Amino acid sequence: MPRFLIVFISALLAAASLSSAVAQESSPAPADKKAPANHVSEIKLGYLRAYAPQLALSVLDVPPRDEGIAGAKVAIGDNNTTGSFLGQKFTLDVSEVKPNADVVPAFNDMVSRGVLYILADLSATQLLSIADLARDKGVLIFNVGATDDRLREEDCRANIFHTAPTRTMLADGLAQYLVWKQWRRWVLIYGSHEPDRLFADALRRAATRFGGEIVAQKEFTDTGTARRTDTGVVQIQRQMPVFTQDLRDHDVLLVADESEVFGTYVPFRTWIPRPVAGTAGLIPSAWHPASEQWGGTQIQNRFAKANGRRMLSKDMAAWTAARIIGDAATRTQSADPEKLAAFIRADDFSIAAFKGQKLTFRKWNWQLRQPIFLGDGRSVVSTSPQEGFLHQVTELDTLGIDQPETQCELK
Amino acid sequence: MPRRLTFLSAWLAVAASMGSPASAYMVYVSNEKDNTVTVVDSTTMEVVRSVDVGQRPRGITISHDGKFIYLCASDDDTIEIIDTATYEIVGSLPSGPDPELFVLSPDGKTLYVANEDDNLVTVIDLESKSVVTEVPVGVEPEGMGISPDGKSLVNTSETTNMAHFIDTGTHEITHNVLVDARPRFAEFKPDNSEVWVSAEIGGTVSVIDNASREVKHKITFEIPGLRAEAIQPVGVRITPDGKKAYVALGPANRVAVVNAETYEVEKYVLVGQRVWQLAFTPDQKTIISTNGVSNDITFIDVATDEAVQSVTVGALPWGVVVSPN
Repeated sequence: MPRFLIVFISALLAAASLSSAVAQESSPAPADKKAPANHVSEIKLGYLRAYAPQLALSVLDVPPRDEGIAGAKVAIGDNNTTGSFLGQKFTLDVSEVKPNADVVPAFNDMVSRGVLYILADLSATQLLSIADLARDKGVLIFNVGATDDRLREEDCRANIFHTAPTRTMLADGLAQYLVWKQWRRWVLIYGSHEPDRLFADALRRAATRFGGEIVAQKEFTDTGTARRTDTGVVQIQRQMPVFTQDLRDHDVLLVADESEVFGTYVPFRTWIPRPVAGTAGLIPSAWHPASEQWGGTQIQNRFAKANGRRMLSKDMAAWTAARIIGDAATRTQSADPEKLAAFIRADDFSIAAFKGQKLTFRKWNWQLRQPIFLGDGRSVVSTSPQEGFLHQVTELDTLGIDQPETQCELK
Repeated sequence: MPRRLTFLSAWLAVAASMGSPASAYMVYVSNEKDNTVTVVDSTTMEVVRSVDVGQRPRGITISHDGKFIYLCASDDDTIEIIDTATYEIVGSLPSGPDPELFVLSPDGKTLYVANEDDNLVTVIDLESKSVVTEVPVGVEPEGMGISPDGKSLVNTSETTNMAHFIDTGTHEITHNVLVDARPRFAEFKPDNSEVWVSAEIGGTVSVIDNASREVKHKITFEIPGLRAEAIQPVGVRITPDGKKAYVALGPANRVAVVNAETYEVEKYVLVGQRVWQLAFTPDQKTIISTNGVSNDITFIDVATDEAVQSVTVGALPWGVVVSPN
């Protein structure tokens, strides 16, 4: 769609929402006396996601219907509180497609509604299918869902910012802690689906990088069993010890099962008593629903109050993305994606996201640097990078693929 | 101005009558983790006692006559009033939810409270112990500073990243000034000319001109061997002569000494771990820092800017205030 048409449509929409804007100004909400009282500029964010109901081995792990979106909404609220002082209004336009479906029509519709900033929770393939279209239309994409390293490496794009961490960042965060604990001998059980294999690869890489040793590994093949059956636990209690019986002695058993086929069944059911980590047991993540450090209590309370549930990693990735856009709009006093992008790409850009330090982008692939939480499902056990893992630029770059190794050539 | 002169002359009189030994003040430290206030004698630098208080005590201040401590018991959603003669909790104030920091008006009659969870500044009349009004501000209000003339209040909002100037006569926001990420504290210069706002994640202190309400200078910090992310400015205090400022640098474990006229950092004083808040003794000879992670406070000599002694207090010391007499 030609750019002028988008502008025209946005102008129409802006006119349509004028009455509500006027109503808002008559309320006692605070407004900067210096700001033009009758001019509110609107910044439209979109949330484009692939969604289908998912099963999990534990009902506690079934993703909430609004996972991610809820985080974006809280950030929109935060942006609007700030915007009320400066004459800016932020909105969120949500659109869903099926996993693996063609996402281009939904993308085009969203852009035709005037959205120039899209938070994407899509598969790597889906994301790549809209990346270049977005570039041509001047749309900025924030990847809040896909952890695939290839999106930051061989398939990186100049118009995609990643607030979700990569699998290598998650694996490195976990590995650093295990090495810090001097638990260096690992065995690895991985699932038979592609995401499981990718996370297993990230764990193997982490072992090489930080001095862990994988003394044995084994695939757990998905033979298509139902995830929940009435007497399932009886069988699992007998099967899992046998499955882990032939593994060489180790300090920690690593599990790579993003597909929810067997991982949850590993802890407490192994042949020998050993701690479990990876996608079960001690789990690395971008956020933890029980994190209260570094002002975390405030975002957790705000989120729980608004959504009636705890905040998850994807909610935090989406919150952070929407806050980045909000902060850029506030500080540039603009809604123009080119100006906002220039602000975000500047050397001194950083964002605060309740992780104890400023978060910045890796300029070679636009991945957001961030600490990794390690949690056991109840509480935060630790956060990485761990003490003693040093780096010449920032210790956050000890997590994930670093600049000297990158295959990314931004285009 | 007349009030300040009175205060100054009174202080001089006290100082003269005391001779050279520093007078004994009581230092009150709120300990966020173990729900206590530790009382430390400023002369002996020894713990006098520990007082059990409400949950998650953070912001702490004292009435001008020294008779009452006001304490934010954040998780109890209240402000407790502690009698300094008996150390009994003698009352509470209707603070609104999750009070974190507050500031007392120069006339001692009004308390301005930042309510972190509700994006509000609550104005409390101390005599009637009632809420006068609530002022909507940005996301996660925290820092509270009041001009020495009592006319302007500054609140900082940690996620909105602004210093909100509030007219204390009308209780309306007059200016919103953008500062760096996670502004934690606002401190006016004694002559009303400037407000200093620390930004914990941004790693800076913004100096805002109080006449134009614009940022006129940004103070940055550099400590050899320490990564930039660890430098997180929080508490700020400026000497009454307006010449020197102290900035607590959080996990950098240091207090920066800043020339308040040239904005040059003159020294970094190593104290304890995760240093957050600061308070002068009334004689201005000593400044005290709370060091959260090492569970202690550090006395710094203002004349030499050397750390004199650290004293172990309760768990996760957060705020500090010193008795005026």
